[in-house]
Amino acid sequence: MANKNTLSYEFVKGLWDQNPILKQVLGTCPTLAVTVSALNGIAMALATTFVLTFSSLIISIVRKIIPNQVRIASYIVIIATFVTIVDYVMKAAFPDLSKALGPYIPLIVVNCIILGRAEAFASKNSPIRSVLDALGMGAGFLLALFILGSIRELLGSRTILGYQILPDFYTPWLVMILPAGAFITLGLLFGLVNLYNLSKESKKKSEIIKQYLEQNQQDKINLAEEN
Amino acid sequence: MELILIFLSAAIVNNFVLSYFLGICPFIGVSNKISSAFSMGMATTFVMSITAIVSWLIYNEILLPNNLDFLQYVSFILVIASLVQFVEMVIKKVSQPLYRALGIFLPLITTNCAILGLALFIVLKNYSFLDSIFFGLGAGVGFTIAITLMAGIREELDLADVPPSMKGVPITLITAGLLALAFMGFAGMITI
Repeated sequence: MANKNTLSYEFVKGLWDQNPILKQVLGTCPTLAVTVSALNGIAMALATTFVLTFSSLIISIVRKIIPNQVRIASYIVIIATFVTIVDYVMKAAFPDLSKALGPYIPLIVVNCIILGRAEAFASKNSPIRSVLDALGMGAGFLLALFILGSIRELLGSRTILGYQILPDFYTPWLVMILPAGAFITLGLLFGLVNLYNLSKESKKKSEIIKQYLEQNQQDKINLAEEN
Repeated sequence: MELILIFLSAAIVNNFVLSYFLGICPFIGVSNKISSAFSMGMATTFVMSITAIVSWLIYNEILLPNNLDFLQYVSFILVIASLVQFVEMVIKKVSQPLYRALGIFLPLITTNCAILGLALFIVLKNYSFLDSIFFGLGAGVGFTIAITLMAGIREELDLADVPPSMKGVPITLITAGLLALAFMGFAGMITI
């Protein structure tokens, strides 16, 4: 494991160790809503990362000026400003995508990941660290949305990113692109992550026990020799 | 008639939680017990109804006439945050047990996407003032129905033998998926 204080770790931790969706279970609303296709997921994640990065930067710069009592309100205003920028840019540059994501772009304002990182990280760390942290969290968010979007798109309409993967004789499961499919897929995904963590934990535990037993054995031998 | 349809559509057919994925955090976080889930639903309904009224007034009476509609996200979120603060103060004054039961989740209504989503849908769908009130009320009732149903199921789930890796959030999400499937049965009943 990398040293936890290095700059690069601030970025890397977001990918898996502290993945905002898979490990921290933050921001589930947009995750479920926009992952009908992998492309939508990517677009949503990029928009969120943009807002997350710039609001983290600004919040980290002004963190010493903002009085403690009104900090949450100020964070929300900063975040809402960047969301407005993203929304207008997307409406102008990618009208189709903007229509597909609908109200979920403005809803980035209340995405818990952003406020969570602002409160837990950007308000306490230097701008460089905050930006790296935000980029890492954004990348982790992208990863999770891409996985979920790909699974749903693959099983629900045979394709990933518009390219057909599954053969024609496969009948698409309509349920995967409906809300119910989103809930069930994410539930199973969480289950898999938990399964992985549990097996890792039990492995660690058994290793510790083994070490302890060996140590015990060694001590006994030493004691016997001394006697 | 139109108003009743808007109400029913928001409450059942296009349920905010189960078909728009709004308000998932409290839906998963506060659905352990029926009683606290129900009070959370009532608090959310209350905030939603007032939000519907206030955000409609702000958008149509202040922002639109002054060509300030790019400020809608900032102003909506500020209105919601202050409303929630207000509700919290009222509940603290009126009912201490309820205040303790809702605990941390009251301030969280601020970042409940369902509330901001409601304000955005009102703008998106061009609802009139009366429409908005019924829409807000319907959305709140729908949220209450969903979260209370979920709490009821989870109380039973506690007694079930769930594999260790699926305990907690995963099984809750899958249950929500099945609930969403059941609610799909209402689709097409009302079309607006």
